[in-house]
Amino acid sequence: MIAADLNVILPEVILSLYAIFALLLAVYTTKDSAASLLVWVTAGVMLLLAIWIGMTGTGTTRIAFNGLFIEDGFARFAKVTILLSAAAVLMMSVNYMKTRGLLRFEYPVLVALSVVGMMMMVSAGDLMSLYMGLELQSLALYVVASLRRDSVKSTEAGLKYFVLGALSSGLLLYGASLVYGYAGTTQFAGIITVAQSGQTSVGLLFGIVFLISGLAFKVSAVPFHMWTPDVYEGAPTPVTAFFATAPKVAAMALFARVLHDAFGNAVADWSQIVALLSVLSMFLGGIAAIGQTNIKRLMAYSSIAHMGYALIGLAAGTQLGVKAMLVYMAIYVTMNIGTFAFILSMEKDGQPVTDISALNMYSKRAPGKALAMLVLLFSLAGVPPMLGFFAKFGVWQAGVDAGLVWLVAASAVASAIGAYYYLRIVFLMYFGAEGDERLDGGKNGLLTAFLVASAAIMVVGVANMFGVEGAALAAAATLVN
Amino acid sequence: MDHHLLSIITFMPSFAALILAIFLRGEDAAADRNAKWLAFITTSVTFLISLFILFEFDPSNTDFQFVDEATWILGLNYRMGVDGISILFVMLTTFMMPLVIAASWNVSSRVKEYMIAFLLLETLMLGVFMALDMVLFYLFFEAGLIPMFLIIGIWGGKDRIYASFKFFLYTFLGSVLMLVAMVAMYADAGTTCIGGCEVSLLTHTFASETFSIAGITVVGGLQTMMFLAFFASFAVKMPMWPVHTWLPDAHVQAPTAGSVVLAAILLKMGGYGFLRFSVPMFPVGSDVLAPLVLWMSAIAIVYTSLVALVQEDMKKLIAYSSVAHMGFVTMGIFTFNQQGLDGAIFQMVSHGFISAALFLCVGVIYDRMHTREIDAYGGLVNRMPAYALVFMFFTMANVGLPGTSGFVGEFLTLVAIFQVNTWVAVVATSGVIFSAAYALWLYRRVVMGELIKESLRTITDMSRRERWIFAPLVAMTLLLGVYPALVLDMIGPSVNALVASYDTALEAADAAVQTASE
Repeated sequence: MIAADLNVILPEVILSLYAIFALLLAVYTTKDSAASLLVWVTAGVMLLLAIWIGMTGTGTTRIAFNGLFIEDGFARFAKVTILLSAAAVLMMSVNYMKTRGLLRFEYPVLVALSVVGMMMMVSAGDLMSLYMGLELQSLALYVVASLRRDSVKSTEAGLKYFVLGALSSGLLLYGASLVYGYAGTTQFAGIITVAQSGQTSVGLLFGIVFLISGLAFKVSAVPFHMWTPDVYEGAPTPVTAFFATAPKVAAMALFARVLHDAFGNAVADWSQIVALLSVLSMFLGGIAAIGQTNIKRLMAYSSIAHMGYALIGLAAGTQLGVKAMLVYMAIYVTMNIGTFAFILSMEKDGQPVTDISALNMYSKRAPGKALAMLVLLFSLAGVPPMLGFFAKFGVWQAGVDAGLVWLVAASAVASAIGAYYYLRIVFLMYFGAEGDERLDGGKNGLLTAFLVASAAIMVVGVANMFGVEGAALAAAATLVN
Repeated sequence: MDHHLLSIITFMPSFAALILAIFLRGEDAAADRNAKWLAFITTSVTFLISLFILFEFDPSNTDFQFVDEATWILGLNYRMGVDGISILFVMLTTFMMPLVIAASWNVSSRVKEYMIAFLLLETLMLGVFMALDMVLFYLFFEAGLIPMFLIIGIWGGKDRIYASFKFFLYTFLGSVLMLVAMVAMYADAGTTCIGGCEVSLLTHTFASETFSIAGITVVGGLQTMMFLAFFASFAVKMPMWPVHTWLPDAHVQAPTAGSVVLAAILLKMGGYGFLRFSVPMFPVGSDVLAPLVLWMSAIAIVYTSLVALVQEDMKKLIAYSSVAHMGFVTMGIFTFNQQGLDGAIFQMVSHGFISAALFLCVGVIYDRMHTREIDAYGGLVNRMPAYALVFMFFTMANVGLPGTSGFVGEFLTLVAIFQVNTWVAVVATSGVIFSAAYALWLYRRVVMGELIKESLRTITDMSRRERWIFAPLVAMTLLLGVYPALVLDMIGPSVNALVASYDTALEAADAAVQTASE
């Protein structure tokens, strides 16, 4: 029995063992000089795992440890996305961190551990394993947020994230205990039968609300978003890039897993809550970003708004909705990797620059990169014909199918408001005045490659999504039936 | 017919743009020349292929022809096709683009990017007129904003940033409402296919039962709401009074070629949208709001003509005259009879040639003197006889002189409106007189009189390139003026079918109201 169970969680076991091994190695050699190599190896391991998970086990659902752990199409889709984006971010961060003396061996190890936590989250079949995965992820993230130990902002970011994160974990645990109290079990399969048997009891309903609040914090949906701008701004840029990608996918997938696996037949009960979170996030994200001059804060609000759009898919509560959400997250992650590759390459005299006024007339100095960034910004804004529009279109389709026309209409308006601030960056890059805040350098081939590749996907993907759509459909089918 | 001609002509320009973007290196004159020639040849070949399509096209068939279909992402379909109405706009686009490229021969800054922007713009404009899927239409319609935004913002005049932002936000806000309506249409009809599918939007009957929200009774119900949402987008694009204010700014700041594309093709998207979506899909809504649209058109014709009279900037004057001429188009469409629709479409095509030529006329002297102030000119006829002749011809065509294409469109729409609403007709007809006033006065101030200004003493007449650009425009304006059947035969059956389906839809809706009240 145990051997079969271990076989199911083999990818997680391998990554954990690798992390421990890397930690020991680094401790015994006590050299940060090996850190750069370690980052590359970690990224390589993640890539291999992603390929392995993607290639094997198509169409099967395996359950381990008496239902604590579920390995199905949905989990595989989320895991591949998480692993790929984490690997991409690791590769992008090497150069940036090395030149700034930030590259310590803890970084790849912590990222690997948090990825294990995320993989755990998306496979959770029980409130216990859910919490375990979530905390493993969060604790690792709190530490990497304050990676720049001697910077006040970075440590502040870590502390803020920790305090608010602990609060949200508290909410989540409280919700979990209520659900346990009223359902008599922590296992999703058990909860769903209780919820099915008749009227959802008030206690169970409260439990759902608290669970959703805790999860909303993790995806930074309004009104649980306050930590996002500060943490994004304070953390070193590669870490911010990581925050904006893999953990968001994991949290979103966990959100979908809990709502559908545990409360799948009480859609009407939670759909309104999710719709409310969604509409608030879209509008706040769109409006608050208008005043931002720091590109990292701007991206923080942008991610809040994007989570709002992805939540439309969840609010729909249908298979189509989950599929649209997964496609949205895949596209969102791809756009963000490209955008952060660009932000990482923004520097002046070797110092990182985050003020958007530095981008004045950038198109004159680097036309190619400016064009790639233009594509990404229009894609983020959801202007056709970029892939970003189709991400939004997918969730709108699902929303209309589920009868949430008001939500879809509101989100169309929000996207018009949101277009303004992305456009402002394009405006600076192309028609701005020639300022003295000029960027120099940034001749990093790898970052440029990520930027261009991500922009190319935004254009080419419109013709064909490279099978992501089919995979997402299969994934959604295993979750909702 | 199983071929992909429509897709080929749509995407050929963007393919050329891709080649330019990837393979053309260097900033020297040779690279610039290559970029210009590649753009010119591509647009010319596109035009030739579209001519072939025109000859193969069967006007008596009112279905969509040359349909090209493929499955696409997110369960959508890629579907392109033309009918009698859209093929004209396709032809107008492919015809104008080589001229636009030729007119930009003097561009000196960032030539490669300039050509790429125009080539992409051609793809997107053609896509708008051919798309047979609502989402595809929206995609092309919106995406066209991006190159135009850049064209105005990068190669424009000194207030270009204000103008490009105004242009983008006006049109984008309009489109968002349209998108919301599209979502509602999809929810109602369950398809995004415009026409020719098993279930298509053109044959679907949208709910038109009167309902009331927040104490306001909405006559025509859902159809009226959807009509208004689409109207928000198309009226801005047209542009109709009172949401026309972005156009003069955009025209003044845009480079000459940008103004030409804007006037000749982009403005037509609004009119095309009315013909493709608003009128056939929401007949009840159109009927309810027609008086409003007619009066808005009449006001546009008179008001913008008066505004044009006091302009000091030549491009602004022509821009206001465009708004007035577009007033005739909306007026013609919302008469809902054969003459009105024929006239509206004819007017759009004719305005495409005439306004483009007028902007090119301004471009000719702007290239020499770098000012568009009317007061900076005077007596040009002494130094530029050929220019004076061409300018005279298009001024007259703009006024609507019989024998030029401008006359046919105005006449048909006025005949149509007299049958529907005499008061609107009276107001609109007076606009014709105002248009004669501002156009002739402009001509007198710029071209006639003594050549007094010192700076104009050395001005040269049109070069051979410039003459060749005007030649096809003159030919088309005259040809359509003396033989309008060329266009009217092409659109006749499709317009007839449109009017017939509109009438039956209204009768059916009336009958439904009757039975409900009994």
